[in-house]
Amino acid sequence: MTTPAPEDRKDTMAESAAEQPAAPADAKRGPSVATRERRSGLMNPSGETPYLVVEDLTVKFPTADGVVSAVNGLSYSVPLGRTLSIVGESGSGKSVSSMAVMGLHDRKRTQITGSIRLGGDELVGMPESDLMKVRGDAMAMVFQDPQSSLHPLYTVGNQISEAYRVHHKVSKDVAKKRSLEMLDLVGIPNPIRRFKQYPHEFSGGMRQRAMIAMGLVNDPKLIIADEPTTALDVTVQAQILDLLNNLQKEFGSAIVLITHDLGVVAEMADDVLVMYAGRCVEYGTATDVLANPRMPYTWGLLESIPTVSAASEKLRPIKGLPPSLLNLPSGCSFNPRCPYKDRVKGERCTTELPELLPVDGAGAHTSRCHLHDKASIYEAEVLPRLG
Amino acid sequence: MSDTVRPIDQSAARGETLLRVRDLKMHFPIKESVGLRRTKKVVQAVDGVTFDLKAGQSLGLVGESGCGKSTTGRMITRLLTPTSGEINFKGTDIARLKERDLRPFRRQLQIVFQDPYSSLNPRQTVSNIISTPLRVHNLVKKGNELGRVQELLERVGLNPEHHNRYPNEFSGGQRQRIGIARALAVEPEVIIADEPVSALDVSIQAQVMNLLEDLRRDLGIAFVFIAHDLGVVRHFCDEVAVMYLGKIVEQGPREQIYGAPQHPYTQALLSAAPDLGTIRGVPPKERIRLVGDVPSPIDPPSGCRFRTRCWKAEDICATLEPKLEGKPQSAPGHAAACHFAEPKVDLVAEIA
Repeated sequence: MTTPAPEDRKDTMAESAAEQPAAPADAKRGPSVATRERRSGLMNPSGETPYLVVEDLTVKFPTADGVVSAVNGLSYSVPLGRTLSIVGESGSGKSVSSMAVMGLHDRKRTQITGSIRLGGDELVGMPESDLMKVRGDAMAMVFQDPQSSLHPLYTVGNQISEAYRVHHKVSKDVAKKRSLEMLDLVGIPNPIRRFKQYPHEFSGGMRQRAMIAMGLVNDPKLIIADEPTTALDVTVQAQILDLLNNLQKEFGSAIVLITHDLGVVAEMADDVLVMYAGRCVEYGTATDVLANPRMPYTWGLLESIPTVSAASEKLRPIKGLPPSLLNLPSGCSFNPRCPYKDRVKGERCTTELPELLPVDGAGAHTSRCHLHDKASIYEAEVLPRLG
Repeated sequence: MSDTVRPIDQSAARGETLLRVRDLKMHFPIKESVGLRRTKKVVQAVDGVTFDLKAGQSLGLVGESGCGKSTTGRMITRLLTPTSGEINFKGTDIARLKERDLRPFRRQLQIVFQDPYSSLNPRQTVSNIISTPLRVHNLVKKGNELGRVQELLERVGLNPEHHNRYPNEFSGGQRQRIGIARALAVEPEVIIADEPVSALDVSIQAQVMNLLEDLRRDLGIAFVFIAHDLGVVRHFCDEVAVMYLGKIVEQGPREQIYGAPQHPYTQALLSAAPDLGTIRGVPPKERIRLVGDVPSPIDPPSGCRFRTRCWKAEDICATLEPKLEGKPQSAPGHAAACHFAEPKVDLVAEIA
């Protein structure tokens, strides 16, 4: 798909929006998705028809020091009932890309190009008034810090009801009934009493449950969870992850789970996308990426975490620091930290940006690396170190 | 790695007990008003913690937020004065010493904080931050400070030329290294590391962990390592103490705690930790899911504090508080505070 320049993007998008009038919320899975999929050739690792398709997404912020490309040419897709985990360090663009999907960036200060299609509707360039109908209804977001994402001066019940009434023309009583249902569904005991309480009266885990209840009140088909358990203790984290899993089984939603914790990824994800310096560096099913990774950065991540199950001798950290997005290294962004770059002939790693290519010539597991014998290096060198 | 930093005076050979903590308690008074009536209550943040730390050893304190692990660390460094109990450092009880008498001990007990952003003064240069403890304790002659600062910077893996920079010019991992250099400046025998890597990205986390390990090996410093990440603790600590609501519920050598945990809470913690092993073909561990939240430390449950969330709880748990003691089947040094303690071995699969 050709990407229009930012200036004339608005007009083009307005036209395409006119061609495809917004479908009602419950009929978003039109045949257009499949048609578009065939045309773009973008397939999901599972081979299923995706609900969310992100294609060649680029997010830029002009700053005083220059234009920051926080996300660069990112493509992925998530079918209903599947969980995609986006993994990366801080500043890798994982949150920025999902904020772009939700349309939460300030339009005046952000340049977004590429395509984000939710059940066939193009979200990039969609007028704010239309986007407001989709956001919170067809897609919802669960934020990292439930303390600061709930309004401290309104009761929890009030906030959940409001989310429902924005998208449904119902009376307050109906909305309250729905909210109580949701509080019960996410496992908050005594919903009637909890409905009237303020966020500060909730514990961290309960607040996150309330956030999830608020996100799910409109039965969204896509849930974006941005580090939903990072602020929580490990036993509570297990409860919340179980809850997300069960809700997904029950409602069949697509989940995009953003996290830096590879343990959480291993327990939750169907597909995994590894981001580094704004780009996707590896993408495939969870087994592909975590058990047969084909990119030195993914190897580095796996080697640097101490796990509960293995008493590793010495950790092998990735040397150096993540690059500044204002001043990315030439060639592969990971090359200054990559211990394997000497094995690539010539100076390709420092001069030529590797493309995201299938690791075995075909198939859905892709990685961005010039190395030739990635499989044998992983088997012979990296795997023994992982124990 | 340079050897410019002198190893500490090893008068206390490895194995000798440096720190003896006995029945340490910290109760914070709070005022609550119910209507017009004011009541005084206490938060029992730490309620009777006992452990020993040997020279060169590293003891891990694990537990969820609010279990009192950080408060314990702050009491040992005397940033807080305990309500009661004993902190015996090499024969002197420092729990109630006055500030002036405490000075020499402050030198030997240092702390590294969790948040490298708020624990460094943004308006002081790195050189100033690291040399302040040197001046306070009269460790270096005037004029030689810079040399010592540069030695320390090099020891923690920073460029010695950067001594004139301000903290905001460094990344999170580098700031944590500055915090470590500040603690090392006074050549301590014990470092309390309060969640030293939890604010850092994974790739940086491993760098700082390796630095701490090098320091421990080269300088023989004993560590009290406070963390909530069970993987990090398993990697770094020889001995692990699991805390719940202000008390140690299980303590023992690392292999015992991870291999055959006896207390239901330890078992639940290990079972809840998301693990990468599953995806590489390690059979999934038994899932234990606790219900509810940690009770309030203002009004903790009677008897065993874990009984409200425990699946093994019986009547005796509400009336009789279990002692932290070794069970007949336990390995030496392994103790659990539970009436129904029994080892569970299949929780964490061994890969290595």
